[in-house]
Amino acid sequence: MHPAFQGLLTIAIGVSGCVGYFYLSNQVLDKVLFPARGPNVGRNINRANMIRPWLFLFPALLALGLYLAYPVFETLRLSLTDRIPGGGYKWVGLDNYRQMAAEPKFWEAMRNNMLWLIVVPAMSTAFGLLVAQLTDRIRWGNVAKALIFMPMAISFVGASVIWKLVYDTRPAEQDQIGILNALYIFFGGAEPQTWLTIPFWNSFFLMIVLVWIQTGFAMVILSAALRGIPEETIEAAVLDGANPFQIFFRIKVPQIKTTILVVWTTITITVLKVFDIVFAMTNGQWETQVLANYMFDKLFRANDWGVGSASAMVIMLLVTPILIWNVRNARKEMQ
Amino acid sequence: MNDIAGTKPALRWAVHASVLLLVVLWVFPTLGLLISSFRTADQIATSGWWRSLFPSEQNLTLRSAAPETQVLENGLYVIKGNLFDAGVTAKISQWGVSSRAIDAFKPGETAELRRGGEITVDADGNYRMENTEEFSGSRGARVFVTAELPPEFTLGNYHKVLLAEDSTDSMGKAFFNTLTVTIPATIIPILVAAFAAYALAWMDFPGRALLIAAVVGLLVVPLQLALIPLLKLHLSIGIPKGYLGVWLAHTGFGMPLAIYLLRNYMAGLPRDLIENARVDGATEFQIFTKLILPLSFPALASFAIFQFLWTWNDLLVAKVFLIDATGQTTVMTNRIVELLGTRGGNWEILATAAFVSIAVPLVVFFAMQKYLVRGLLAGSVK
Repeated sequence: MHPAFQGLLTIAIGVSGCVGYFYLSNQVLDKVLFPARGPNVGRNINRANMIRPWLFLFPALLALGLYLAYPVFETLRLSLTDRIPGGGYKWVGLDNYRQMAAEPKFWEAMRNNMLWLIVVPAMSTAFGLLVAQLTDRIRWGNVAKALIFMPMAISFVGASVIWKLVYDTRPAEQDQIGILNALYIFFGGAEPQTWLTIPFWNSFFLMIVLVWIQTGFAMVILSAALRGIPEETIEAAVLDGANPFQIFFRIKVPQIKTTILVVWTTITITVLKVFDIVFAMTNGQWETQVLANYMFDKLFRANDWGVGSASAMVIMLLVTPILIWNVRNARKEMQ
Repeated sequence: MNDIAGTKPALRWAVHASVLLLVVLWVFPTLGLLISSFRTADQIATSGWWRSLFPSEQNLTLRSAAPETQVLENGLYVIKGNLFDAGVTAKISQWGVSSRAIDAFKPGETAELRRGGEITVDADGNYRMENTEEFSGSRGARVFVTAELPPEFTLGNYHKVLLAEDSTDSMGKAFFNTLTVTIPATIIPILVAAFAAYALAWMDFPGRALLIAAVVGLLVVPLQLALIPLLKLHLSIGIPKGYLGVWLAHTGFGMPLAIYLLRNYMAGLPRDLIENARVDGATEFQIFTKLILPLSFPALASFAIFQFLWTWNDLLVAKVFLIDATGQTTVMTNRIVELLGTRGGNWEILATAAFVSIAVPLVVFFAMQKYLVRGLLAGSVK
């Protein structure tokens, strides 16, 4: 069967299946199990209303449980076991973690991830805030914002190709076609550089790609937050003779502190999961390994599920503080 | 007057200039790839894309017509023509007939040919070869020119990448595969999530707050954790690598954001509306389909865009759940990574392939930016 047709069929089955499930289960509840008539009308209606939410929730909960909650525990279990050739698992305790901790590649990935965690959220938020502030009151601000926002729509892989061209290197005697080398030579650089192979600094060249993508996100959120600042506070500062920089850093930034924190943590989560950029641009060579790509290597190249799962658990562990913080904030907001 | 922009003219100029600089920085990389996709392999390899917008001086190796076109004029064998392809207008500044002296002659001068005879080339590329004996061989004489060429762009790369049937460069199939992954993976989660979001927003039951907290928590669970357990699960219940697996995976992974976005939006709908409907005797199912769903359109659209962009641009989930050893079900992102590996230097193919895959999200982005922004604002945990 042609996949496109299969796709259409899936949409039809999926959509009608969903609608059918919700409609029929409600019908069964109201007409068969607890009909709203007869001697127990009141009791029946109450019971039906107790069950109904779970009918609405069931498919979503199934998907959440099976595709996100269960894997967390299963990964934890896998990280504590080894596969026995031929099938089955044996319990090995923390051996996988020990093995991982003994690998220099893992520590390289950890070190790089920490760098990513500091640099990318900081730069994206800073640039986002800068653009949001600068474009706030200029006439072509919306056009500027749309253009800076645009990389959000571009895939990490597409972005990798775009930036590989920027970083391209040609032999010294040829014209440089990568704009970075062209500029480097133009401003007096002696030899064209192969930017992605310079250890330590090459990680920064990869980070630039993610900063380029995430700045638009930070800008959109922060720009809305800046507009939400009460005018009076700014007017009062102007009357008191504050200069524009004081207004920005002393009046505006403190008022959008929580939003800045939200942007920061959201980008942090993205950074922890970053895989495509490193995979496509260097594949972890030249000391650019990061955790997500290390994990992919272990799982699908080395076929070592134990160590792969252990490194996945490390990512989970790094995400957990933000997870707890988010949940607490959400609960606070609901009360 | 109460902003950085607008207090002093100098500051105002600084603001405009820095915004312009930032925009240029952000747009330039993409622009480079876009322009490169309209250039030939030679052009890309020999000059930076930023030069292609202006006439450029290039060293070219061209060939005269083959000896079979020669005619006899007054006892001389003559070959005439223009070195450039039809339609190309260029100005030659220097030329030569040997690769060691490519700038030996000026336009209008005449050079001796090594295999006998002589050649005259003018500034427009018109040449005349004369010989007292017959020209021999199967190919024309090589002429090295230094010429100023106008900007030149071609659609050839797109033709090759999209339409080449058997070629390994073809993206046509991957394009349709991507579409096949994306559309069901966008539509199905919306429906499932909408019902759940309504229950979480407007139905009262024990454990509701806990469930909402759980959804917020799952929002940040890295999907990396899910790869192996789900692959095992899929295999054990008989779902091989393929479309069904990838649709299910995307549905699961998109669920927390979908529920979160839709619940937040639905919870903000006016309470009176829903309670009046309840008083009027509408069932919950009717309230949901007739009232909530149409009113939630902006939130549905926001999530649809997110999910569309995310599934279209995804590499990891496709690699794990979809692409098998035959490679028949490859998606565009995966093709591009393969091209980066095997044809890292073929920028004309790479640039074009990348742009084919970027084009659709960009169109969606610019057409529906309003909903995307709205979704972002609602979706970041406050």
